[in-house]
Amino acid sequence: MITKEDVEHISWLASIKIEDEEKDEFVEQFNSILEYFHQLDEVDTDGVEPTYRVVDLANIFREDVARKSLSQEEALKNAPRRENGYFKSPRIV
Amino acid sequence: MLLELKASLRSASAEEYLCRLFEKIEKSSLNAFTTLAREKAIEQARQFDKNPGQGLMAGVPIAIKACISTIGIETNCSSRILRGYVPPYDAHVVERLKAEGAIIMGKTNMDEFAMGSSTETSAFGPTKNPWDQTCVPGGSSGGSAACVAGGEAPCALGSDTGGSVRCPASFCGIVGLKPTYGLVSRFGLVAYANSLEQIGPLTHTVEDTALLMEIIAGHDWRDTTSAEKGSYLAGLKGDVRGLKIGIPKEYFGEGVNTEVEKAVWDAVSVLENLGAKWQEVSLPHTRYALAAYYVIAMSEASSNLARFDGLRYGLRQLGEDEDWHTTFSEIRAKGFGPEVKKRILLGTYALSAGYYGRYYLKALKVRTLIKEDFQRAFKDVDLLASPTMPIPAFKIGERINDPLSLYMADVFTVPINLAGVPAVSVPCGFAGRLPIGLQLMGPHFGEATVLRAAHAFEAATPFHERTPEVV
Repeated sequence: MITKEDVEHISWLASIKIEDEEKDEFVEQFNSILEYFHQLDEVDTDGVEPTYRVVDLANIFREDVARKSLSQEEALKNAPRRENGYFKSPRIV
Repeated sequence: MLLELKASLRSASAEEYLCRLFEKIEKSSLNAFTTLAREKAIEQARQFDKNPGQGLMAGVPIAIKACISTIGIETNCSSRILRGYVPPYDAHVVERLKAEGAIIMGKTNMDEFAMGSSTETSAFGPTKNPWDQTCVPGGSSGGSAACVAGGEAPCALGSDTGGSVRCPASFCGIVGLKPTYGLVSRFGLVAYANSLEQIGPLTHTVEDTALLMEIIAGHDWRDTTSAEKGSYLAGLKGDVRGLKIGIPKEYFGEGVNTEVEKAVWDAVSVLENLGAKWQEVSLPHTRYALAAYYVIAMSEASSNLARFDGLRYGLRQLGEDEDWHTTFSEIRAKGFGPEVKKRILLGTYALSAGYYGRYYLKALKVRTLIKEDFQRAFKDVDLLASPTMPIPAFKIGERINDPLSLYMADVFTVPINLAGVPAVSVPCGFAGRLPIGLQLMGPHFGEATVLRAAHAFEAATPFHERTPEVV
């Protein structure tokens, strides 16, 4: 069972603030979805390898040559806040 | 249709044709588009009228789902967090379309970040089904399907993570293909669940889908999972003699609407009359596909959507910032809608310490079993046939507050993404006035066979000829 405290913890991990009034609804919906997920427990997967990719892949190599990339102006164009050619972030410490 | 349209545009005017489409869109109540690129598109049509090029899509307009990047045209994934975001580069598929002379009309409405099967989770309101505007168009590429079915665009691109091309194709009575994983480059597609998704066409006919595949499929160095293309148009000869079609027994019966089931069996008879043979097959792990799919999709989403923090692009409030974590948590709380939050949070939970093995790893192992089900079946048969959706389009608002009932509708589309195989939805009948879709599935890189059978079926049936009266 997922609890209100669990939802608060996940919300912190995921960096999404959750309002108090949303929490009860999330608890209820998460529990019903997780209960549905638990039917996977019925499947015997002993010795089964996980599938990370569905088609076989080989290493892909290319020559180490410079290519044209976005200009600084293009890269910054969508940034809501910028300063002296940089993205401006909130303070970290 | 597109080949005829292309020919007719050379003798008529691409500009006039395009202007008629934009007039229709402006009067429309379908809400199929989030952004229109009217001026750019009309300028391109004028150029075509002066000097028609030789590209495969020369002068032909196309609508692009709002999660596929287009240089200079807002690409917002129908989310508040990306409102106003204008990509500085084109997706690979968009580059390819432009190189063949296609005209980008605008961006189509979708479930926010492709998370949904009804286009109701869009931050810009639901798209309506052209056959019955009280019903959903399906999703998540609902805008792309509705604009094609409603005559607002001759063709469109969508993306399919768990059915997001095939579901709306089925609900709107058009053709939609989910290609083999890796066949179409995902460069420039905003990632939701990157191990599952592919870009695919939504069109009126199978030939049109084959034409678009000729253009968008093929290797691109910027997508490391990208494969070489095959040939799609040349094989559409209408011949299915000797083709072995498997009917997966798990895709019929309980939970499937009786009219849907009848239409699909009638379709199998049509293919049989054309010389194909059918036999029952079993995909025994089908019932676990939905749970495995949602665990994997939510887990990948929680990681992929971590990039949306309002720093480099997207929503960010003015005023004083708090510390890093508080600021971003608030931006993300305001920017994401409830379904997206739910999937990120559940995905975060499934990947968090102590739960990884129980949910994510377990789901990846079940994915292996589902993939093996398909591999086993394709040893005996060339194709599989089933309903695309167990039901016709449902009413707007009917399921949106009950996430599990909404997820259940994806029961026949998600296994295909887990296995990475191709599948097409083609119109095969009507329940009242709502269309029904037939799903044809093939082995990895079996698009040519899937499209050949779909084309033969289409040629023998009238369903694709019906169009809705959109008022």
